[in-house]
Amino acid sequence: MEKRYDVVIIGGGPAGYSAALYCVRAGFSTLVLEMLSAGGQMSTTTQVDNYPGFEDGIDGFELAEKMQAGAERFGAVSEFAEVTGLQLASSPKIISTSSGDVEARTVVLATGAAPRKLELADEEELIGRGVAYCATCDGMYYKDKVVAVAGGGNSAAADALTLSKICKKVYLVHRRDSLRAGKGYLDALTQAKNIEFVWNAQIDRLLHEEKLTGLALTDRVTGKQTTLACDGVFVAIGRVPNTALLDGQLALDAQGYIEADESTRTSLPGVFAAGDVRTKPLRQIVTAAADGAVASKYIEEYLQRQQ
Amino acid sequence: MIQTITKENFAAEVENAGRPVLVELWAPWCVYCRRLTPVLERLSDKLGDGLPIGKINIDDEPELGQKLDASTIPTLYLYQNGQHGEKLVAPSSQAQLEEWINGQMA
Repeated sequence: MEKRYDVVIIGGGPAGYSAALYCVRAGFSTLVLEMLSAGGQMSTTTQVDNYPGFEDGIDGFELAEKMQAGAERFGAVSEFAEVTGLQLASSPKIISTSSGDVEARTVVLATGAAPRKLELADEEELIGRGVAYCATCDGMYYKDKVVAVAGGGNSAAADALTLSKICKKVYLVHRRDSLRAGKGYLDALTQAKNIEFVWNAQIDRLLHEEKLTGLALTDRVTGKQTTLACDGVFVAIGRVPNTALLDGQLALDAQGYIEADESTRTSLPGVFAAGDVRTKPLRQIVTAAADGAVASKYIEEYLQRQQ
Repeated sequence: MIQTITKENFAAEVENAGRPVLVELWAPWCVYCRRLTPVLERLSDKLGDGLPIGKINIDDEPELGQKLDASTIPTLYLYQNGQHGEKLVAPSSQAQLEEWINGQMA
């Protein structure tokens, strides 16, 4: 691997490859470090309908490969290695990987976020077979079927409402006896005829054969155990930003997202955060890609001042 | 070299290949399997004939899927002399996959 770059981008999702495209076109040597394959969360979505320019929608995996190829066309380099350590305050900045160390004048953190999981047995293998984490992505697979939404916040409420327009029946399964969701959501949920609340419910097991068949629940107040038959469960219990590598080097917000405003600049000069890992109001492919472009502007400004 | 493994060629191309073979059990509906495809292609480019890769579509080959306990996919095995070690399920990185291979080849 080349050892020195103007820009090293960690994470090969839409934010990472958009940053790479803009940086390499601005004349900077640019490396993208990705641990598996391009796309991040997007690559496990088979139909993306909310990224402009694709009138029939596009497969997330294919979109990821296009973003990668688009950046590589102008000379961005992709290295498929795992980042094992970061020294972000030093000059140059040092990124340790499974394929050796790399030096960088600037670093873009585009490591994304992952949905928080239920942490139940067989959850991983049931993804795509009844377990889902994104109602707007995967809801259509459950048209006229019975689904459950796990969670009690705004995103669980929004998922339940989205699904209520597609599915025959939606159970909103929550650990407590009230939702944390805003009043607007509560009113809409109550009005929806096919949404039923399941309160104080702890999900113990995912019942399945080849596909999910239901949830085994325990009532946290009475201790009564029940089974809820459903074709799908949408897990909406929050997200976890991928910031474990940072090890206290950057300011994070209370949820663990990297503190950076729309400029993508973080608390350390020369270090930028783009996409889902950054504090932001809307986490979408299009906003991640926008972050990548904006990062390149401030990288350029930073590097010019360094000369 | 990446080839399709079926129950007809499993013995010849995997068990009696005379060299280590990496086997992946996958299915077209498995979205995570797709993320692994470019990883396997890069490994194949890197290792060439030193480590042939065999892909088993468990929808087409349910018997092999059952025999190799593909209750979770993607599942990987490294075959050497007709035997395989611990399986690897859904590796999160190329580095993890390579480490797992190297650990068994040593």
